[in-house]
Amino acid sequence: MEREPKAAPALDKRKRAVVISVVVLVGFGLGFGAAHLLARYIAYWDIVSGPFFLSLRVASAAIVIAGVTGVASGYMLAKGHFPGRDVLETVGSLPIILPPTVIGYYLLEVLSPGTQVGGFLTRVTGHVFVYNVWGCIIAAAVAAYPFCLRAARSAIAGVDPALEQAARTMGLPNWRVALQVTLPLARRGTAAGLTIGCARALGEYGATLMIGGDINGRTRTMSLAILDSFTTPERDTMLLILVLMAIIAMTGVGLLGRSRS
Amino acid sequence: MTAALELAVARQIGEFNLDVAFTVESGMSVLFGPSGAGKSLTLALIAGLIRPDSGTITINGHVVTDCSRRTYVSTQKRRVGMVFQDGLLLPHRSVIDNVALAVRQTRGRRARRAVARSWLERVGAEGLADRRPGSLSGGQRQRVALARGLAGDPALILLDEPLSALDAEVRRELRELIRGVIISSSVPAVLVTHDAEEAEELGDVIIGYNHGRVTGARVVDRPVCPGPASGAPESTGRA
Amino acid sequence: MPGTCVGGTGEHRTSVNGLVPHSWLNALGIPPWVWGPLSVSLHAALEATLVVAVVGCALGFLLAKGCFPGRGAIETVFSLPMALPPTVVGWYLLTQLGGPGPIRSAEVRLFGHPLTFTFTGIVVAQIVESFPYCLRFSRAAISGVDPRFEQAARAMGLPQWRIALLVTLPLARRGVVAGVVMAFGRALGDFGATMIVAGSVPIATTMPIALYNAVFFGSHEQAMVLALVQLAVAFGILFGVSRLGKVKPW
Repeated sequence: MEREPKAAPALDKRKRAVVISVVVLVGFGLGFGAAHLLARYIAYWDIVSGPFFLSLRVASAAIVIAGVTGVASGYMLAKGHFPGRDVLETVGSLPIILPPTVIGYYLLEVLSPGTQVGGFLTRVTGHVFVYNVWGCIIAAAVAAYPFCLRAARSAIAGVDPALEQAARTMGLPNWRVALQVTLPLARRGTAAGLTIGCARALGEYGATLMIGGDINGRTRTMSLAILDSFTTPERDTMLLILVLMAIIAMTGVGLLGRSRS
Repeated sequence: MTAALELAVARQIGEFNLDVAFTVESGMSVLFGPSGAGKSLTLALIAGLIRPDSGTITINGHVVTDCSRRTYVSTQKRRVGMVFQDGLLLPHRSVIDNVALAVRQTRGRRARRAVARSWLERVGAEGLADRRPGSLSGGQRQRVALARGLAGDPALILLDEPLSALDAEVRRELRELIRGVIISSSVPAVLVTHDAEEAEELGDVIIGYNHGRVTGARVVDRPVCPGPASGAPESTGRA
Repeated sequence: MPGTCVGGTGEHRTSVNGLVPHSWLNALGIPPWVWGPLSVSLHAALEATLVVAVVGCALGFLLAKGCFPGRGAIETVFSLPMALPPTVVGWYLLTQLGGPGPIRSAEVRLFGHPLTFTFTGIVVAQIVESFPYCLRFSRAAISGVDPRFEQAARAMGLPQWRIALLVTLPLARRGVVAGVVMAFGRALGDFGATMIVAGSVPIATTMPIALYNAVFFGSHEQAMVLALVQLAVAFGILFGVSRLGKVKPW
């Protein structure tokens, strides 16, 4: 059929933007402002706040790392024409179904000061990356990376090349074309990938357990702390926070996904 | 004689408004106009794939759509054949299985395949019976699509820009085929195109379309009319 | 006997290596500390994937084709296990399957005993964790089918159920199969939820749990082998999915 005249989407776009902004605001409010304000009113906040803020710090750092590397590698996979592109994407996607203990095992092998690579890294950088917050961040970043990668690659590959060519004829260098034309056009799909990556980073358990060691106060994130609190009263508070975060994440992904189609 | 198609409908989609009325007595009527004029929308309404906001559609004397009485006959029961611009043959089935799927007046797999085979012969595609649609050229695909559209013994056949995606040469070849097969099978047809030459060659009646309205209609002069004579259509807008 | 899970109340379910003589496996050079957990993992994942495939594809079809309100909300709810920490999922299953409540009484009626710390409990945990993958992949694949094919089929006179079987599903089959394969991979790789529901019963050990035990309580050699096997399996599954083509479930 020839293309039917489409219903004007202007109102829907505004509505969508409003809903997405509301969801994001609710998420942040819950994360920071509301938490501070309601600290007195949420039972056992002093016990929950430790793991909670640790999880937030870990997830924020992790999503920044995973987001930047994911978008960068997604861009290279989308634009590059070298053989083995799909194999690289498969390797990058491994953390989606690789058991978290396998991820943790290999991370330990690579980062532990006792091993060759890990020892080298520790000597060179002066940092230890296991059994502290860095281990948690790396584990969470690894969990989030494949979602950022895949979403970025598919969104960037979907950008109309004619628009990029037009930008080049206007004299813009390649890096500016990427930053000012390609990436903005690919923002919806990429944002969906980042959102779900965020959710995975927050919820990472197995690898964090192995590389972080579940040390109270230092590497006990929310997903670890909740195990300890099974029989204690602060369990309900933690559960509420975690479930709400998950709902927000999946709603965000759903909204972003629908607006693409 | 009952008209093959009587149509008077209106439909709003976003900012586009369609409001048309015409009659097809028999033979091939062409809806001719620029892209976006509402021609394909009209076909979708005739087939029952979309419901109009108001109006009636009658095929062969049977009322298939009547908004005031809330009558809507489902697409499956309307017995209209359809030919799309890109064929839309099922890629996972062979050519003959694709055409056989449309045969409904016969029971039994073998009988259906026999009917399908005879239609493939009529469109000049009998050698393609066991091939997959993916291996066909554009022209071959549209031949099969035509066979599929006619194989179900429809009361009316609708063709939506069937040749627009093809090269000029192939298009010329298939024009003759389309007109020949459809006229000789005595199935009334409504064909949509934006190509003036095509409209002149194929149509007994050309109905002009623009911005969702019928702009006029005229009968095409044919020196030798191989098919049934077409009556002058009504082409009034809605009062 | 490795691979046999005895639940707290006496469930006695052997996993698949009960079908293959131990002598064969030993002859192949596969040590029991590999094929024990491997057979538990495979058996549980196969059962879980069977259930997930049927229900997930059916629900994916409904969500793709249906016209009822709340489809987005339903997909969000069923996708939650993807965003939740596996410990939360595990905790929820543990309390619902084990603690007092309507689900527990239903279980006891169906199975004769609660499912916590049993092989069936592992299967349930894997079902919950892998369901979203099958659902999202199949929903995306089915709604990605060009609707004009279905329109052509309607014009040909085919009733809706034949259109679904002969037109929609075959056209969507790559994405649907990819979803089932991903679900299988996810079930094989589950750790947190499985561990919580199964407890630390040493004989209800899946591969991921076995690796964890090997790293902290066992030998380095064992850990290396177990990790490598799982890595190879995950790679194989992902490679198969990528061969099936690009489907965008998120």
